[in-house]
Amino acid sequence: MELQAVLMAAGGGSRMPDLTYNTPKPMLPVGNKPLMWHPLNLLERVGFEEVIVITTKEVQKMMSTDPKMKDVKMKLDVVCIQEDGDMGTADALRHIQQKIKTDVLVVSCDLITDVALHEVVDLFRAHNATLAMLMSKAHDFTETVPGQKGKKKTGEQRDFVGVDQSGKRLLFMANEADLEDGLSIRKSIMRKHPRMHIKTGLVDAHLYCLKKAVVDFLADNKSISSIRGELLPYLVRKQFSKTTNCPKSKDDADDQTQKTADGSTNSTELLICSRDEPLLQLAQERSCWNDHRGDMSEAYHGGKLRCYVHIMDQGLCYRVNTLAAYIEANRLASKLLEEPAVHPSAVISERCQMGPDSIIGAQCQVADKTSIKRSTIGNSTTVKEKVKVTNSIIMHGVTIEEGCNIHGCVICSNAVIGRGADLKYCLVGNGQQIEAEGKHRLVSRF
Amino acid sequence: MAESGVTDGLCNTDDIERSKTEGKELTKEEKQRLRKEKKQQKKNKEKNDEKTSHEGEKKKNKKKKEEQPAGSASQPPAQPSPKAVPAPAPPPPAAAAVPVPASEAPAPADKPAKSKADLKAERASKGKKGDVGQPAPTGKLKAPPSELQPVVKRLPEHVQVDNPEVVKKLAKKLERQQIPLRSDYGYKVSLFSHLHQYSRKAPLTQQLGIPSTVIHPAIVRLGLQYSQGIVAGSNARSVALLHAFQQVIRDYTTPPNEELSRDLVNKLKPYISFLNQCRPLSASMGNAIKYIKKEISNIPSQCKEEEAKIKLLNCIERYINEKIVLAAKAIAKYSIEKISDGDVILVYGCSSLVNHILCEAFEKKRKFRVIVVDSRPRLEGREALRRLVQKGISCTYVLISAVSYILPEVSKVFLGAHALLANGYVMSRVGTSQIALVAKAFNVPVLVCCETYKFCERVQTDSFVSNELDDPDDLIVTRKGKTQLEHWQKVPSLGLLNLVYDVTPPDFVDLVITDLGMIPCTSVPVVLRVKNVDQ
Repeated sequence: MELQAVLMAAGGGSRMPDLTYNTPKPMLPVGNKPLMWHPLNLLERVGFEEVIVITTKEVQKMMSTDPKMKDVKMKLDVVCIQEDGDMGTADALRHIQQKIKTDVLVVSCDLITDVALHEVVDLFRAHNATLAMLMSKAHDFTETVPGQKGKKKTGEQRDFVGVDQSGKRLLFMANEADLEDGLSIRKSIMRKHPRMHIKTGLVDAHLYCLKKAVVDFLADNKSISSIRGELLPYLVRKQFSKTTNCPKSKDDADDQTQKTADGSTNSTELLICSRDEPLLQLAQERSCWNDHRGDMSEAYHGGKLRCYVHIMDQGLCYRVNTLAAYIEANRLASKLLEEPAVHPSAVISERCQMGPDSIIGAQCQVADKTSIKRSTIGNSTTVKEKVKVTNSIIMHGVTIEEGCNIHGCVICSNAVIGRGADLKYCLVGNGQQIEAEGKHRLVSRF
Repeated sequence: MAESGVTDGLCNTDDIERSKTEGKELTKEEKQRLRKEKKQQKKNKEKNDEKTSHEGEKKKNKKKKEEQPAGSASQPPAQPSPKAVPAPAPPPPAAAAVPVPASEAPAPADKPAKSKADLKAERASKGKKGDVGQPAPTGKLKAPPSELQPVVKRLPEHVQVDNPEVVKKLAKKLERQQIPLRSDYGYKVSLFSHLHQYSRKAPLTQQLGIPSTVIHPAIVRLGLQYSQGIVAGSNARSVALLHAFQQVIRDYTTPPNEELSRDLVNKLKPYISFLNQCRPLSASMGNAIKYIKKEISNIPSQCKEEEAKIKLLNCIERYINEKIVLAAKAIAKYSIEKISDGDVILVYGCSSLVNHILCEAFEKKRKFRVIVVDSRPRLEGREALRRLVQKGISCTYVLISAVSYILPEVSKVFLGAHALLANGYVMSRVGTSQIALVAKAFNVPVLVCCETYKFCERVQTDSFVSNELDDPDDLIVTRKGKTQLEHWQKVPSLGLLNLVYDVTPPDFVDLVITDLGMIPCTSVPVVLRVKNVDQ
């Protein structure tokens, strides 16, 4: 087996507390499908047959009852962890270390993308890389976020990503928070890669191909708890560290004790060498290929640890971890899905005006003289007459009485919007009731 | 019994191939034989004796004797129903005594044809074997006289891309093996439209699922490395191929009711097709595959799986050690004798063997300097330059357009080879034949260094029939921000040609240095013959 897929679905959605108040983030509906359905669909389309899903008990319960999750034909091996939030992604990987038998493909549950996955995996295969990840050019979210007054907060700190001239090899990765004194780059990196492109406007898709040796390394190094925050910068730095680049005498897999002679306390060296190292070395020596030119070093500068990144400049790639991203994703979900926009079991009267961008869920009832444009309507929702819904996301089981005007809102499950209500850019929580004839603008109602 | 049948079959195939190629060289003698036998057409027994004695002096293998009369006995049913051939093929030489009907006369001339029918039957019974592992008969057999049955001309599929039926057959075969078909890219120059031309930006992995279940991951990785050019050079490709096979063998488990010797060979077939789709196999790879398949088939059935696997892994190690590593040492030893102090040596491109020789010679304290000639679009000379300069050898770097200006300085030319063909032609990177030509014009000795495992039973006299077309987009270059050829596909009369190999005639080559010694170019078929007998 070549790759094992692991889906991280235990995240709390800390950046959109309003939405995840009642529904855990992996089960938030996007395009009328739970959020975690999208990465699972991506994996299924590409050809995976089994996925290990790391999630909480609550989500597991919801998964088993949700009909959309039954569409997933892959075998889902669900591993439950505690919900207290202390467990980082790396901790979760360590937790399932026994199940990992080969290289892993780690995906986050909030990734919605149409990337050709073979681009990332090909980098991983061809260069025998330790890490291959996916990044995308960030898109600005232009829509007004409901429930937020004032300017959009720039709460996100920038990520600095340094790539080499080909744009594939990852040389430098740091978050603004870690760079208090400024960005410093080691001389050894500059000597090996004199031309480096540093990019800041990139979104990390949290899709990583990791070698099995990395998972074993994590098992021994309990101090690393987050893949993105700690493991990745460590691996990127380690590419140029002296110890990894000097191959010690024997390359025998049994000879691990020699490798642990590292200066740092108790941490095992990352064992990159494989059993057949001599033959691979011979093939590389005889091959007339080099990944760089201009200096006297061999291919890869003799380094065994290599990190690669595939930067998408076209196509969809969203991480649904903020409200703005959630709304944007819903808007574009109709483009991603191959199903018809209107579910066959929905009852829609003829005098309803429906725009092409809208998605209507199962068992909906839409009455006469309604207008639904650029919106997503969840399952079992009732929309009465003379309602105008634009640019909104309506989740499941919502009742919208007559004459309402809803613009740019997010209305969570089982809410009831009273008759004649006028809502603009509002966020209505689960089970809330908006009184009749209410006029609200930029309000969050819980 | 079944075991020996398989090995018999394989030996027969080898014999048949040998007879096919030798048949090409013996056409004149064949014709003479034909005339002789036409005279004796009525006398059955004498004909038999003569044929067996005739074959006996031509072929050294005893099995051949068995096969010929048996084959000829089956000749009449062979043509209409090739499938019946394997059945009468093994019968004992008693068939020789059986009076043979009149159609036996064309037997020797049709021996290649009947053997081809034999071969066809063998293939049909074993399941279609990839053409790549075998020396490609270029179908240049002279057509026998019209009264004889028509010769079945078999061209390998990779030189018949413009024939839609062949392409369809290939597509069907790949579909059966569950391997995606790689589609050709761009307009092909008409003279080379019979060859495949792929784009590097459209790898075969696009159509494969992730994770790959049909093809072993080591093979997928290897295919990717081939198609992206990360593993390039015939030695490197062979070593990487054998390494990948080692991993396949390690992960292999015999399914129940199957024999390792047969099942493993069948498992390797789709992998070889896949690698062929990623990048056409080289002659050295073909020979390595033949060796491996032979070793696998020779595993006795009572051997336990673990033992068999260890044996195969050791075989691979030994092959690499003997044919590549030790051969390089031997060739270096011979070559150093030819390098004298004060020499100016010209090398072309990046040949791992030539680089090794020069480094060894430098370590043995010979005083020489090197001129590295390079050519677009691969610009492999830069890598050769780096390796030589790193050792401390003083080098000059020129492009191939300057070769005639620099040649007056040169005292020797060392060239590497991709393969040495059976008629003495040297197949190497495109541009080599030009260097050899110019060197000949300047009376500079040309020495070709080649290991014996790259010797190929194919025959080629030109670079058109069988070659490799690389990605045409490699020829596009951006200077000062402008890419003139960016939209070359839109110009209907423009075709970009990126050839990879060319053949150098033996008249331009003065010496071939192999691990068996220093031989003239025309002795290559002798080496092949000796090698085959040894095996």
